[in-house]
Amino acid sequence: MTTLAANKPAYDGTTLDLTGKSGSRAVRNMLATILISLCFLIAVIPLAWILWTVVSKGYHLVLDANWWSQSQRGITSRRAGGGAYHAIMGSVIMALTCAAIAVPLGVLGAIYLIEYGKGSKAARAVSFMVDILTGVPSIVAALFVYAVWITMLGQNRIGFAVSLSLVLLMMPVVLRSTEEMLKLVPDELREAAYALGVPKWKTILKVVVPTAFGGIVTGVMLGLARVIGETAPLLILVGYSKVINLNPFEGFMGALPTMINNDRGDMALPSAADRVWSTALTLILLVLALNLIARLIARFSTIKSK
Amino acid sequence: MSDPTSPPSSEPRDAGSTKLDLGPVGHLGDRLFAGLARGSGGLVVAIVAFVGIFLLALAIPALADNEGNFLFSRTWLPGGEHPEFGIAALFYTTLVSSIIAMAVAVPIAVGVALYITYYAPARLARPVAYVVDLLAAVPSIIYGLWGILFFAPVIQPVSGAISDALGWIPVFNEAPGADRGTVFTAGLVLAIMILPVITAISREIFAQTPVTHREGALALGSTKWEMIRMAVLPYGRSGVVSAAMLGLGRALGETVAVMIILSQPNPIAPWTSSIFAGGETFASKIASSAAELDTPAKTGAFIAAGLVLFVVTFIVNSTARLIVARSGPGNRRPRRTKASKQGAAA
Repeated sequence: MTTLAANKPAYDGTTLDLTGKSGSRAVRNMLATILISLCFLIAVIPLAWILWTVVSKGYHLVLDANWWSQSQRGITSRRAGGGAYHAIMGSVIMALTCAAIAVPLGVLGAIYLIEYGKGSKAARAVSFMVDILTGVPSIVAALFVYAVWITMLGQNRIGFAVSLSLVLLMMPVVLRSTEEMLKLVPDELREAAYALGVPKWKTILKVVVPTAFGGIVTGVMLGLARVIGETAPLLILVGYSKVINLNPFEGFMGALPTMINNDRGDMALPSAADRVWSTALTLILLVLALNLIARLIARFSTIKSK
Repeated sequence: MSDPTSPPSSEPRDAGSTKLDLGPVGHLGDRLFAGLARGSGGLVVAIVAFVGIFLLALAIPALADNEGNFLFSRTWLPGGEHPEFGIAALFYTTLVSSIIAMAVAVPIAVGVALYITYYAPARLARPVAYVVDLLAAVPSIIYGLWGILFFAPVIQPVSGAISDALGWIPVFNEAPGADRGTVFTAGLVLAIMILPVITAISREIFAQTPVTHREGALALGSTKWEMIRMAVLPYGRSGVVSAAMLGLGRALGETVAVMIILSQPNPIAPWTSSIFAGGETFASKIASSAAELDTPAKTGAFIAAGLVLFVVTFIVNSTARLIVARSGPGNRRPRRTKASKQGAAA
């Protein structure tokens, strides 16, 4: 005891002041609080700035009914008028075509990871590759489809090629969120179904997937929100068309991002600038709507585990 | 279903790993469905492999014809009789813009994550997190437009001040005749774009700091900041590192925003290492040259550049995942231990 006491440095009054009144520590704490709160403000400023810019410059065309019902056919960037119908439909069609391929693949992949391959080496490999796929830049996905679809197969640049490249971007999102939801489905439900003699595949389709349905739809919405704003695949896999084209398998197609891209060279002209910002606003509204729906579904359909 | 006489569980498939494989194996539906699920899983692996293979297959002929040095040359003339292209300049701009983005975004993202987990009032934490997530919902082409038209003019004096103060370092040198579309501006916009990714992951990990660690620190009399420095930050370090790597992966591959912001350098002007000059990244070069993808030779050159980008992002992203897998946090979801225990017993 005596040696311990001897080894102990003399109490210098600052290292262990528990009264909470110590100057430098309190100041440092306050400084950290201010800095950390400041970080949040810094993060919010660009968001507010962007939203303000887009809304204030783009709202009046969006409020016009023609915006939602007409195309840009025959309208040069010098002239005002026309609408974004062709681009909205193009974006939606390409995204839905993509979803038609990506959703089944993603959901089945998640079912494999959770129900069939759980913990196995193969499942871990798949899971790792999903992570990699999540990080693949959209331009690389687009180049890959370009290499296969156009260079090797000799096909044309069409909307469907864009959808194919978007599948690479959407599938991992759907797969991950489905996986998370399937994890939450209580084992008791599966056990009960098995005990009643229901085969495994029917248990998955009729019990597990319906239980997780809300979460799966949320994932689909988030996936759609991700792909609908993608521009890079549109630039190299399909040309921009001002005319309404609802067929993704033939001809060029309008889309909101490429509509912005088409007019942004003439931003000096008021008519083109108006169109650019209104298109941007339309795109943001679309993405936000998808996000909002996803949040709402997620809120009202969380699995109550235990 | 129609065959009740099938021998019950004649083949105990990979015992231990499946937790509840009770169904008789003979069902056609079961086999079909399992096959579909396995196929989708396999397809994911195949796709990633295919991306690499196909890009490689198309890049090799172009690389074989390349008369320049692919890795160390800056010229980009893939067409014509004597194709000559190298990625040195692309690599430099990609890397430097991403480094700027990381340097700005990581500290702010960590701050925001701390704010959400430990500083914001409990009722505000959720909406605040949602607001930051909204940054990820803005399409990148809009970031590009806003960046060059509104953000760049505001940031111009800042870059002027930096080059005045640190101009003796070549990287901060004021580039002659540079306009607003600089690598510096692009890096800052990238920082905003990757902020939500880093914040979301850091937030999740900070929130998982064990209550005992935090209360222990507080019980020893530490202030809130000291608690964060001693308990939260060390616990979340590896998670933050991997979050930053994922953000880096995003920044390296970001295409359209960078393409709109960066002004393309004059091909005959001497190259400059300054961050206050224009430039081209892998992704922006490929996207802005969409119209040039006409001959196989030219396409091959761009695909070779895309392959390099794919390999770099692959390395960055898999490193991030490995860090997470190795060190736990971020992956720390309560695992169902029942199955693994049974497996050990069997």
